[in-house]
Amino acid sequence: MLKSRWSGLFFQLIALVLSLTVVSLILLSIGASPLNAFSNMLTGSVGSTRKIAEVLVSFVPLLLVTAGLLITFSAGLWNIGVEGQIVLGAIASVWVFRIFIDSTLPPSLIIFLSFLGGMFGGALWAALTGLLKTFGGVNEIFGGLGLNFVANALTLYLIFGAWKREGVASMSGTEPLPDSFSLDQLGELRISPTALIVAILAIVFVYFVLNGTYFGLKLKAVGKNFRAAYLLGIPTWQYSMYSFLICGALAGIAGAVQVAAVYHRLIPSISSGYGYLGLMVAMLINYQAIWAIPVAFFFAALNIGSIQLPIVMQLDSSLSGVLQGILVLFVLLVEGFRQKFIKRSSQT
Amino acid sequence: MHVELKNINKHFGKVHANKNINLTIPSGSIQGILGENGAGKSTLMKVLSGFIQADPGSEILLDGKPVKMNSPADAIQYGIGMLHQDPLDFPPMKVLDNFLLGIPGSFFPNRKEATQDFILLTQEYGFLLDPENYVDALTVGERQQLEIMRLIFLGVRLFILDEPTTGISASQKEKLFSTLKKFPEQAMTVIFVSHKLEDVESLCDRVAVLRAGELVGEVNPPYQTKKFVEMMFGKEVTLGDKQPTKIGDTVLAMNNVALEDARLKIKDINFEIHAGEVVGLAGMEGSGQDLFMRACAGLVRPVGGKIQLKGQDLSGKSYHTYKHAGVSFLPAARLEEALVPGLTLTDHFILAEQPKGIFIDKPAGEKLAEERIKSFNIRGTPLSNVESLSGGNQQRAELALLQDPLDLILLEHPTRGLDIESVIYIWNKLKERCKQNTSIIFISSDLEEILQYSDRVLVFFNGKISNPLDANKTNVKELGQLIGGKGWADEEGSHA
Repeated sequence: MLKSRWSGLFFQLIALVLSLTVVSLILLSIGASPLNAFSNMLTGSVGSTRKIAEVLVSFVPLLLVTAGLLITFSAGLWNIGVEGQIVLGAIASVWVFRIFIDSTLPPSLIIFLSFLGGMFGGALWAALTGLLKTFGGVNEIFGGLGLNFVANALTLYLIFGAWKREGVASMSGTEPLPDSFSLDQLGELRISPTALIVAILAIVFVYFVLNGTYFGLKLKAVGKNFRAAYLLGIPTWQYSMYSFLICGALAGIAGAVQVAAVYHRLIPSISSGYGYLGLMVAMLINYQAIWAIPVAFFFAALNIGSIQLPIVMQLDSSLSGVLQGILVLFVLLVEGFRQKFIKRSSQT
Repeated sequence: MHVELKNINKHFGKVHANKNINLTIPSGSIQGILGENGAGKSTLMKVLSGFIQADPGSEILLDGKPVKMNSPADAIQYGIGMLHQDPLDFPPMKVLDNFLLGIPGSFFPNRKEATQDFILLTQEYGFLLDPENYVDALTVGERQQLEIMRLIFLGVRLFILDEPTTGISASQKEKLFSTLKKFPEQAMTVIFVSHKLEDVESLCDRVAVLRAGELVGEVNPPYQTKKFVEMMFGKEVTLGDKQPTKIGDTVLAMNNVALEDARLKIKDINFEIHAGEVVGLAGMEGSGQDLFMRACAGLVRPVGGKIQLKGQDLSGKSYHTYKHAGVSFLPAARLEEALVPGLTLTDHFILAEQPKGIFIDKPAGEKLAEERIKSFNIRGTPLSNVESLSGGNQQRAELALLQDPLDLILLEHPTRGLDIESVIYIWNKLKERCKQNTSIIFISSDLEEILQYSDRVLVFFNGKISNPLDANKTNVKELGQLIGGKGWADEEGSHA
């Protein structure tokens, strides 16, 4: 009974309850009402169409990044560098826009080109991590982390140097791009249907790659046993590189979405931490693509819902991060216990 | 130590692994426990050494007193120590550190004193172990010696040895046996678990045979091999008659090949294997046979010379080139090198087909898996993860992954740890391949197996390779001597 999928779900619900309890305790300790906080977060995220649209704005890049990370996780790689890959995607897409800023080409084509640019930029950054690992023996965690810092430094250089606003170089970013370079919007709402469709297509694509293609099967073999995969005839390091390229491209699209649909310019922390958040989502869903949509939506909702807190309750909005982190820890912990029980019950 | 096992029962779920076993082992004797894989030997020994607890109602009496053990540490307290098949030591640490582990005492061990104790002990038993050496520099046999020293020092009076002769050299085995034979003088008791008949015959005072969880009976010397086999399998098993092989064209040829790794250098290898031929590689572990085999697979790049497959020059080419050219390599470490834990049998069969195209044809994959599972007699389903299979079934799965046709199959210890029936089954499958002109090179530490199934034998000793020996004309004694480094006087390099 312990082994069934439903017991897994049951245990994850326990984890959710536990993490809500811990967060409640934290809130109580500073004299705030947990119920009040949670209800504020709920109304702040799904209380109105406008709020839901805001959640979706955050959901799109998160889902794209999670989709990419599912590929690298399947290949057994910890692509911490995904954060930098989003940044490079954003930089590359802004670059494309700047090239075509006076062009007479139709704006939709230029936006499409900027997305291609974003994919290329993200993939290039991921490829660097992959090359460092394959040919330099640098673990992808260290390589990726290092390149994240380089990507952030590059952003700052562009904002304050090469692409600075005339006269007023500031943390607010580069000169906003013309309105014609913005992605379509759903009426008055900030969410772009195109971006939403791209993100959902990405996760569906990843689901089918991992579950229905030879490529995905080989990728999993490489991830689970590099040596045996090689001996079975799979070109292992090439597959590691492919997975970096795919993940980087998807993270790059997330960066391009941040530019064309949200910020319309390059800002210092354009990746908004979606890379790290995506790592958490991927771990939380135990690398099963099928759960990516609901969980990514939930995390996005927590992010948006907590924006209310400072205004209404004088609480810091980082409460959502606390809840997300604790949730991941409890889910992993509870899963660890469940595995232990399964092991014990199969022994006796 | 006098050991009495009374009504030992052990259930694993529905499996009744030990059925009402009653066994008395008198103090100062060497007791053999014989049985095929899955007969319940390991379960019984785990019960006796505190790793698992028997069902209620089972009783263990040591020197007449009933005891209850909840962990291996408890067992050690009672003086029971187990020597595992794979030494449970810490390779990156020094011999002395390993020796000190598990010794109760102060937080800061007295290394000087311990070194003296260790040296005294090794002298008493005639082992040559340097306490400052690192464990990963030792052979399996030496690690075993270290473990024995440690257990003696912990005051162990009952030694349980699980398949201790696997992976050690003939001389180390001799050394081990002579040490074990000294134990009874000091009223120490030895339980020797094995499926190797000759080892049991030459060492044990009495042998208990287990089959399907039951104690079939006990045998006193003089032993008859035939009787043992009957008791173990319930029927007589013969290895099958040897058939002469028709020798075909040259498949793999090595010309003046030189190989090197961190420890060994092998020079001037000249060797040819022909279609349908089986060549056995004998030698102590780490004598160069693994290097030779990995060179045949393209996993080790020769530092000199030429390797040709059916006339095509493959020197310096990658493993995958060799694989596409029709060479298949089955490593001994099943879950480390051969199979992918976490993937199902179906996944493995699909991958092994070297599929082209994009989308997986799942029904076809499962059909393929079902066929292979049936024809290779694997106990598992198409959706079983490989790590859930038993060792023997993993080995069959490895064989079932072999593609058709192949020119050369390379096998590392293809039957290590398997019972006789599995061995016969696997070799029948391999011999079928030979009839289709596939050549086989295999490494084994079981000389009987080498003589039984090879056409020619190469013996390795410290990076030297013997002339190919005709398996019909040589014998265990000659091979044993060569493996041990005797009779090499006029051999430099090899010529086929």
